[in-house]
Amino acid sequence: MEVAVKIKRFNRESGSGPYYEDFKVECDEHEMVLDALIKIREYQDQSLALRCSCRSAICGSCAMRVNGHAGLACNTKITDALARSDTIVVEPVGNTTVVKDLVVDAKPFWEKIGKVQPWLSPTGPTPDHEYIVDNSAMLALNQVMGCIMCGACVSDCTVLEVDKRFLGPAALAKALRFAGDPRDGIQAERLQKLGGPGGIWDCTHCFECVQVCPKGVAPMDQILDLRRKAVENGFVNNNGARHAESLANSVKRSGWLDEKRLIVESYGFKNVGALLGLIPTALRSLLARKMPPLIHHKRPGADKVKRIFEKLESKQ
Amino acid sequence: MKYAWYPGCVSQGACPELFKATLAVADKLGIELVELKEAACTGAGILSERNPELSDTLNARTFAMAEKLGLPLMTICSTCQGVMSQANFKLQNDPEYLAKVNETLALEGLEYKGTTKVSHLLWVIVEDIGLDKVEPLVTRPLTGVKIAPFYGCYILRPTMYLGFEDQPERDTYIEKITTTLGGIAVDYSGKTRCCGFPILTMNEKASYAMAGDHLVEAKEEGADVMVTPCPLCHLNLDGAQPKAARQKKVQIGLPIIHLPQMLGLSFGIPPKKLGLNRHIVNTKSFVAKVPA
Repeated sequence: MEVAVKIKRFNRESGSGPYYEDFKVECDEHEMVLDALIKIREYQDQSLALRCSCRSAICGSCAMRVNGHAGLACNTKITDALARSDTIVVEPVGNTTVVKDLVVDAKPFWEKIGKVQPWLSPTGPTPDHEYIVDNSAMLALNQVMGCIMCGACVSDCTVLEVDKRFLGPAALAKALRFAGDPRDGIQAERLQKLGGPGGIWDCTHCFECVQVCPKGVAPMDQILDLRRKAVENGFVNNNGARHAESLANSVKRSGWLDEKRLIVESYGFKNVGALLGLIPTALRSLLARKMPPLIHHKRPGADKVKRIFEKLESKQ
Repeated sequence: MKYAWYPGCVSQGACPELFKATLAVADKLGIELVELKEAACTGAGILSERNPELSDTLNARTFAMAEKLGLPLMTICSTCQGVMSQANFKLQNDPEYLAKVNETLALEGLEYKGTTKVSHLLWVIVEDIGLDKVEPLVTRPLTGVKIAPFYGCYILRPTMYLGFEDQPERDTYIEKITTTLGGIAVDYSGKTRCCGFPILTMNEKASYAMAGDHLVEAKEEGADVMVTPCPLCHLNLDGAQPKAARQKKVQIGLPIIHLPQMLGLSFGIPPKKLGLNRHIVNTKSFVAKVPA
């Protein structure tokens, strides 16, 4: 079959681009997008730059955007990429600087991984023999250990698009790999650090990283796990933890959200500056008659909801 | 057509116009809504962060209520839909987990058998009612009006929980409805991205930047109005629009309407009855563009 491929081209050295270039390439139905790109490079345009190595979704080199979403070119079937489009659009991964065509600068990615101290830091005396880890503890880390550092999640992270300080899904998932390991001795220190600006509470729950991860790591789920661990360790003096606490209390008390109280409690009663900043929005809402009810009533059946909370919270 | 209706917290709180518009439009569409007044909040994806079983149990309780009525469940919020879809997926695919959750539901004599179908109004219109049945209801077509869709993350991702395998076109329904009502769907990259609402109190600047970027992009693509099936997105795109504009140092002034408001206006329902006067960004410019 003849496949139409549109590739985003750019050359930082010569300053050419960015522009899109169309190619037509003969492929078999079973082939992957990477096969098409290699054929283009080998037989049509040797100047096309791309990274690839294992061709088996193990090395993580060939992460790029296919039809607008990040993934590995080596495990994206041509037929799948053509399911809803006549042309396969291939672009470099996002949230980084392009060096040439589909090759990006990986340095910022690795710098962020480095920031989460991706190694075990045991404390206490050196054991006499090897440390035998309980199976269940490692099972909980299985998912996150599947990460191949391809950077697809970082590419499509919506927070990184607007805030470069954010550690991002790959680094935070890697942080859990060590914060959740029983051999590590600095879990509390890690969690405290991860709770700061650019850390776990800045994830916006957009699920982009879960959707695009080619290895099923679900980085966002790992970030939520870190949040749980942070709260369990008492790191609750931040807007994210207060927000989660307020929401849970509101549903427990009344069966539904008390939006006014939620926003105030999230900022914290002592955060006068932020609370004063809410006044213009509150006034605008009042004028538009968009305010939640003045008195937050319990929903019918709220007592039954409370009973569920009491049963399941006591189990934790 | 009859549904157990889950209006969600925000349509009864900061977006009462959504509640009102849904009722008005349901009437025209011939949908009978049985409101689940005792249903609790879905947990909005936050409660599951703290205690997944608790969040799933609250949702199973809602599913059990609908199941008892023998009705499919209808939501009007992308976030509620996403949280419920994920909970339902877990409950329907893990009998042991379902049994565990049912132990708690037994406290109030409820049991969830796992049969409830949960659909957002957006899906109901396209899949259950059919656009061919919607078209004849249009008495005031949105001719010439450029409408930018904004879906909301939870109704799009992760696709494995949201029925995309059987209905792969669910990320195009707003555009399909828009053209059925006579309007012009605006294409722009931000339509499937995040509005920034979930981090409003954690990282305000990033939250406004997200909203601002999408609003400006839609406007640059010529949008007269933006439509969303998610009231939480609405809160950021409409409610926080003045702050997002100030942060970006641009004028935006793009009206943001709820999905049933767009339907209702094209069905000839008066704008006030749809609550189109209850927005932060004035919707008059949009209403005036729709030929009377």
